[in-house]
Amino acid sequence: MTVNLKTNPASAAHRPEFEIEPTDAITVGDVERPLGFIERVVNNEGAQRLAILLVLIAVWQTYALWLNNSLLFPSFTETVRTFWGDILNGELVNRTVTSLRTLALGYVLGLALAAILTTFAVASTIGTRILSTLTAMFNPLPAIALLPLALIWFGLGTPSMVFVIIHSVLWAVSLNTLSGFRSVPETLRMSGRNVGLKGARYVALILIPAAFPSILSGLKIGWAFAWRTLVAAELVFGVSSRSGGIGWYIFEARNDLDTATVFSGLLTVILIGLFVESVIFRAIEARTVNLWGMQR
Amino acid sequence: MVERGDQAMHPLLEVNGVTLQYKTPRHLVTATYQVDFSVHQGDRYVILGPSGCGKSTLLKSVGGFMPPVEGNIRIRGRDIVAPGPDRMMVFQEFEQLMPWKTVFQNVLFPMSVTRKFSATEARERANAAIDKVKLSEFHNIYPHMLSGGMKMRVAIARAMALEPDILLMDEPFAALDALTRRTMQQELLALWDQLRFTVLFVTHSIEEAIIVGSRILVMSPHPGRVRAELDTGNLGFGNIDQVEFGTMSKRIHGLLFGDELHRAGTLEEVTA
Repeated sequence: MTVNLKTNPASAAHRPEFEIEPTDAITVGDVERPLGFIERVVNNEGAQRLAILLVLIAVWQTYALWLNNSLLFPSFTETVRTFWGDILNGELVNRTVTSLRTLALGYVLGLALAAILTTFAVASTIGTRILSTLTAMFNPLPAIALLPLALIWFGLGTPSMVFVIIHSVLWAVSLNTLSGFRSVPETLRMSGRNVGLKGARYVALILIPAAFPSILSGLKIGWAFAWRTLVAAELVFGVSSRSGGIGWYIFEARNDLDTATVFSGLLTVILIGLFVESVIFRAIEARTVNLWGMQR
Repeated sequence: MVERGDQAMHPLLEVNGVTLQYKTPRHLVTATYQVDFSVHQGDRYVILGPSGCGKSTLLKSVGGFMPPVEGNIRIRGRDIVAPGPDRMMVFQEFEQLMPWKTVFQNVLFPMSVTRKFSATEARERANAAIDKVKLSEFHNIYPHMLSGGMKMRVAIARAMALEPDILLMDEPFAALDALTRRTMQQELLALWDQLRFTVLFVTHSIEEAIIVGSRILVMSPHPGRVRAELDTGNLGFGNIDQVEFGTMSKRIHGLLFGDELHRAGTLEEVTA
């Protein structure tokens, strides 16, 4: 009646059991070895980015030389010469500092408002509704479209700029932070509440670090929006103050049909963008979300 | 004998006639219905039952995350109203560790939040707890670099370092592979041998219940009700291959699936 499934004498005879004594792993050879210099350079993100930039510059220079019309398309070397000259005579530096000062003010105020709004939103359901309605209304509204209104309210000058920058930062950051808070795993929330965390301490010690990848991407988007908005706004009315920003520098050069200077202004905008993105934000990422394994 | 009687009069945790209900978007679910049990100091108290018997919900309620609809839960005679560090939870999910903190910082965190110990004492306790779960080498490592078993050890070290009144474990080894689970069960028992803490442990594995538990509460599902309470203090890894272990396992099996076996039995007789 009982059928023994485990041993089948006929097949066991063909396949004897065996055991092997474990040997030392040293005999295996390459278990782990450091990568060579070339291998490391090729895999380095910075090196790869630099290579891409060099290719783009080569394409630019070749096209400009072939076109041979510096009014329409100045070459890379000409642009760099203008750029360097304006840095040395201090004009470009002054313009950039003016822009960045306005930007920093608007960005910080925008972040502060976003912090207040999202804190209110996590604290209560009505707060969440208010924030999601506001972001749905204002996030698609281009900051530049608010500029005429800002001019009426605050007049020509820095306050109007700050107003439109706040608008461009606030909604992007709030939206990302709130969705970050919402996606914090339930287990992590419970283990925070388990030790008795409540209110502001719970938000600061659990929610913010747990939602940090989303918050950081909100900060990045907010920064890009703010920088864009600022340059665009300056193109419209850098007129007011004698010391206009980088947008005004570009606008003036266009009026003089000085295309190389327009290019050098655009180059500055790009370089600052690259610096913030790949130095500042990259450093923050490496010390936080990458270190914590929350993002690759 | 006297001590036993004394303990019986003052259990550490009392669950009296607890009914738990929660709402899904479409239903009101009764998870447990009038459940009674009590856990004494030093118990390894296991709640065992099939899915749907409300055992995890019951544990959450003891943790203070869910107030009972009926009945009450008391720890050391006090009603449980909110989550608190006197009842440290160890969850099944690995996400319970804070990814932005190292192993050491994770273990230290509850102690620095609650300020139950002085800063120096907390650091010493964290180090001792990490040593106990054999993770000294991984002190400054972030959780994402650890294996599942190691993460679970950190969670256990974190809970024990705080010296809670009771340790609540919600299927802590269910997400681990079978071999790691076995190791973790052994390590948990070894820790208990040293420290004699009180643990309330939820599982759906009969074998794990008998190995880990000194007392088993068997629950039946839909809604969760108490089916039996068994003493398994004398059963563990040592007698896994002995008759008593098998008998206990069969007895629990009978309690859990008795009705179905009865029905299946008639079917088997027909086919035989």
